[in-house]
Amino acid sequence: MSKFTFPESIRSRPVYGTLEPRAGAAHLLIADAHGAEAILDIATPDMMAKAHIIYIPKGEAFEDKLRALNPAQFYAGPTYGAAESRIHKALSDAKMGLQVYLSGTEGLMGQAQHAAMQAGIPHTAIQTEHRGSVARRMQCVHCKGITEDVEIDPFVCAHCGLNLFVRDHYSRRLAAYQGVCIDAEDPGNVPEAKGIYE
Amino acid sequence: MSGAEKIAVTVTDIVPLNELVTRFEFKRTDGGLLPTFSGGAHTVVEMRDGDLTRMNPYSLMSDPMDQTAYTISVRRDDEGRGGSLFMHRNVSVGDEMTISYPVNLFSLDLRAKKHLFVAGGIGITPFLAQIKQLERFNGNWELHYACRSEALGSYVDDLTSHHPNETHVYYDDQDQAIDLVNLLDGQPLGTHIYVCGPKGMIDWVRATAAKEGWPREAIHYEEFLAPQPGKPFEVKLAVSNKVIQVGEQESLLEAIEREGVDAPYLCRGGACGQCETRVIDYTGNFIHRDHWLEDDEHASGEKIMPCVSRFEGKTLVLDR
Amino acid sequence: MTIQFNDETFRDDYSFRNSEWAIKRFPFPFHEDSYMYSVNMEQHRGGPEGSVYEKRFDVDEHYVAEMRDRAMVLADDPLRCQSLPHMTLAGWDLLELIMVSKSEDYPDLFELYRDGNNWRWVNKPLGIDDSFVFLDETTLPYGPMEYITRQAQGDFCVLDQRDDNLWMDAGTVTTQADWSLDFDIGMNFFEWHAPVPLAHEKGIFVRALKFLLNIQQGAPARRLNWTMTVNPLLDTSPENYHKWGIQKTTITPENIGAKQHLRVELQTFFRLPRSNALVFPIRCYLCNFQDLMTVPKWGRRLHRVIRDLPEELATYKGFIDNRPMMLDYLSKFDDGQPTSDGIWPDLDSEPPLKA
Repeated sequence: MSKFTFPESIRSRPVYGTLEPRAGAAHLLIADAHGAEAILDIATPDMMAKAHIIYIPKGEAFEDKLRALNPAQFYAGPTYGAAESRIHKALSDAKMGLQVYLSGTEGLMGQAQHAAMQAGIPHTAIQTEHRGSVARRMQCVHCKGITEDVEIDPFVCAHCGLNLFVRDHYSRRLAAYQGVCIDAEDPGNVPEAKGIYE
Repeated sequence: MSGAEKIAVTVTDIVPLNELVTRFEFKRTDGGLLPTFSGGAHTVVEMRDGDLTRMNPYSLMSDPMDQTAYTISVRRDDEGRGGSLFMHRNVSVGDEMTISYPVNLFSLDLRAKKHLFVAGGIGITPFLAQIKQLERFNGNWELHYACRSEALGSYVDDLTSHHPNETHVYYDDQDQAIDLVNLLDGQPLGTHIYVCGPKGMIDWVRATAAKEGWPREAIHYEEFLAPQPGKPFEVKLAVSNKVIQVGEQESLLEAIEREGVDAPYLCRGGACGQCETRVIDYTGNFIHRDHWLEDDEHASGEKIMPCVSRFEGKTLVLDR
Repeated sequence: MTIQFNDETFRDDYSFRNSEWAIKRFPFPFHEDSYMYSVNMEQHRGGPEGSVYEKRFDVDEHYVAEMRDRAMVLADDPLRCQSLPHMTLAGWDLLELIMVSKSEDYPDLFELYRDGNNWRWVNKPLGIDDSFVFLDETTLPYGPMEYITRQAQGDFCVLDQRDDNLWMDAGTVTTQADWSLDFDIGMNFFEWHAPVPLAHEKGIFVRALKFLLNIQQGAPARRLNWTMTVNPLLDTSPENYHKWGIQKTTITPENIGAKQHLRVELQTFFRLPRSNALVFPIRCYLCNFQDLMTVPKWGRRLHRVIRDLPEELATYKGFIDNRPMMLDYLSKFDDGQPTSDGIWPDLDSEPPLKA
């Protein structure tokens, strides 16, 4: 299943929508894994004639379908890190009127959104649609290290090893949720981990 | 107390620029320094016209860093209620007046990679201060300025001589017009557009930019509305328990103030939202003229902006 | 009066102390015997002589020690002071506001000489005498915001105003009630307040934002906020929570009067002229329970407020586990007599505690 209904949350937690084609001089579409489905849902030949698709398959088999949309530019790469310099180049070459569409996991959308904001696009003008994994990109508030693809709460920071609980407080600048030490007041008393949305 | 803090000033210079526009310079009456401000700020000038106190907002056009004097430019409006006529006819060098502290409802987005200014007529004034501010910090800007004719092109010579590469002027009577679609096309990502001028121009720039895919947050505009005269009407102020008459030549806000009822305000031009007032009851029609309330709020009959909006009908009861 | 600056610490041996003068002027935050969120804004135009409201930026006996503590925090973690690139002008605005205010309000401690953009700043308590060019960053050892906030008590959030919202785009935050500037920088007003319970539902933040957006030059505003801290620890940061959190468990019936501190924030708001930004100084005052109890009115009132506080708030403010012990202690100072309205100690008019 690639669609998930997130529970109601606090005001800093991102809310994702459904992509819709918008008027613009050019279209930059960035997706990972099942995010490809959201692009397939809105692609039209007119849009694709001015489109640059950047896709990170993460083992999913959508690359051929996306390529068949015949976008003006297409790239598929192994990781966000690998695609990053290309995303920055696309944004630094872009002009006002560019439309940005992001779909897939929160980690992918968050990082690409931050890159687009740095280039001068307000975050509210960047479209997002969540598809696929509900894993989170977490920042440890103590050591500042980022742990990718966190699915359980609490979890162990991949950098400093502290036991962290998963907050809904989210930073667009870091493209990450906040993880805070869960046993600071009672060292060693760490509840059993369960799925974030369980 | 309502409105921004006040400053007692003396008129130190009056310069007619052309048939319609005159520039006024103010210095502090006590000889001290004026507050610095940010480009795009306005001041509300109080005019004592007999029993009437008019308060009109004017954009500050002087260098925001210059604390010795403020300057504004006033375009004469022969059709209006007389604020601009009062400035043109009754104000002389040496007069003492009261102005408000600077208030900015049209500030630069300092994150912008480039600032694109579109001015129509007297709408040039806030940009004059913004340009001075940006020049001080090596900002990236460009101005497109439409005037009716060369004779009415306030500050054109000044702009073209100091900033020949950034300034583009268009004269209506020479059939010159801003090629907006072309101008918007190709601007670097992170450009912000600012428009100040007649309502038609603001609507045109906003609609065109939106159609070309510009984000709402990158489009900035300011239009101060002068209150328009209209038919007299009666209002009941529920909190202060008063029934007041709004005359043909005064705004609802001015009538409320005349009766000694303290009502909040800031811009007095339908832009800032400070004077928003709840309607308790009404029978009749609102004449909404502000830029503040949304269309559905205008239609709801629940709110009015008394600085510029009026009413025609039998009863109007306000929460004031 | 000349202030005697304390030689004291806010960490390790916690030698922080309030003099009798400091206790009497402590900004007790409860104007009645109960507490709920409210916008509670008022004009910041002075106040009773000697009170923390009197000056634009209050300087007290803790000044030198607090600045020493800030320098240590920034040396350990430079991310506590950050300014997004478009906020430099606001930093200069803030530098000017603080230098002008302090030199006018405390002429015996601070001096400012201006000749055009050539400025000389003298800070006697910290032994600073610097000449620099206003608006020229190369002439100061730090950026303008960092330079001046290393010389001013309290945290400073510098908020950009755009799109009918306020954005936390710069700040120096080392005396915070458990929130991270490094995490929250760039957020808007609703986002950085997102973790606060109950207040969103009550519409508090919508009303507060509307008020703040309309704060104008020359008309600053203020309010009080509060929480609880064990030990006089200024830097209760999330960054170091795994180190200081354990201190909350060291409270005993014997030491609670000395160790448990009421932590009050005097929050002020000033429009900055050149940048149109808003600066939000958050000045932290600490006072332990036993010092607070020397004011009979505050003893009675604090007991009633803590007793009746909704559970969500006690949890959010981080003292739900210690509340029973606090109430055991505080109840001894509540004889059930009525209290006068307002925050002031009213030592002359309020009756002493009944035996």
